[in-house]
Amino acid sequence: MEFKTKINAADGRQELFITREFDLPLKLLFKAYQEPEIIEQWMGTRVERLENKSQGGYQFITIDPRGNEHVFQGVYHEFIPDSRIIRTFQMMKTPFPVQLEFLEFEEIDSNTSKLTIQIIYKSVEDRDKMLELPFAYGINMAHNKLQQIVQSLK
Amino acid sequence: MELRRDVFQAIADPTRRAIITMVALHAMTPGAIAEHFDSSRQTISRHIQILTECELLAQEQNGREIYYHLNPHKVKEIADFVEPFRRLWESRFNKLESIMKNYKPDK
Repeated sequence: MEFKTKINAADGRQELFITREFDLPLKLLFKAYQEPEIIEQWMGTRVERLENKSQGGYQFITIDPRGNEHVFQGVYHEFIPDSRIIRTFQMMKTPFPVQLEFLEFEEIDSNTSKLTIQIIYKSVEDRDKMLELPFAYGINMAHNKLQQIVQSLK
Repeated sequence: MELRRDVFQAIADPTRRAIITMVALHAMTPGAIAEHFDSSRQTISRHIQILTECELLAQEQNGREIYYHLNPHKVKEIADFVEPFRRLWESRFNKLESIMKNYKPDK
């Protein structure tokens, strides 16, 4: 099966690229980044604050399966509807420094669009650590799921 | 191949997976790791030792304390460690796509 999301993380660089084509008109793709209720659905987070304008701020709060709160926040440097978002992003109360994100929204045709995200990290090490997180978290999640299944069998 | 199998055996254990998850966030002392578990310190030490032997964890001396951190080179070796990151975004974006396909702006 072909995956639509591609990650390009060249060795020894402090940046990475995420690219994805959507079967959606450009306007609908951008709306998914604009409307708090929609962000909450696909990001699985609570939107505390969202100021869709240059120099506006945003804050998301996510509750993990253990009930811990995780706060993600940043500032929009540029917010151009249907075209571009440049923003900072930081996971609060973690050792990870702030990162800089460039999101480019492009129309392919009237029904398809493309999103390119370039993320720049403070160091190569920070980037690699960030890439590792879902790996480490994933094996833990697999474990939790297994535990749930085992418990439901009891 | 022998070593690779050992690494996978190491991560097959739930306690060791939990340790990996913890030190992935920041380096920790054995004592701080053990505090998160009900098992004895000796049991946790044994788990840490296994993870260190297969080089998933690396030691760092800081004053009198030894800190353990995740060895990213080893993590890269045992799996394409970018893959879970990619899958995370794949599933988020799949969700975004299906939500927006059914999106009806209320007017």
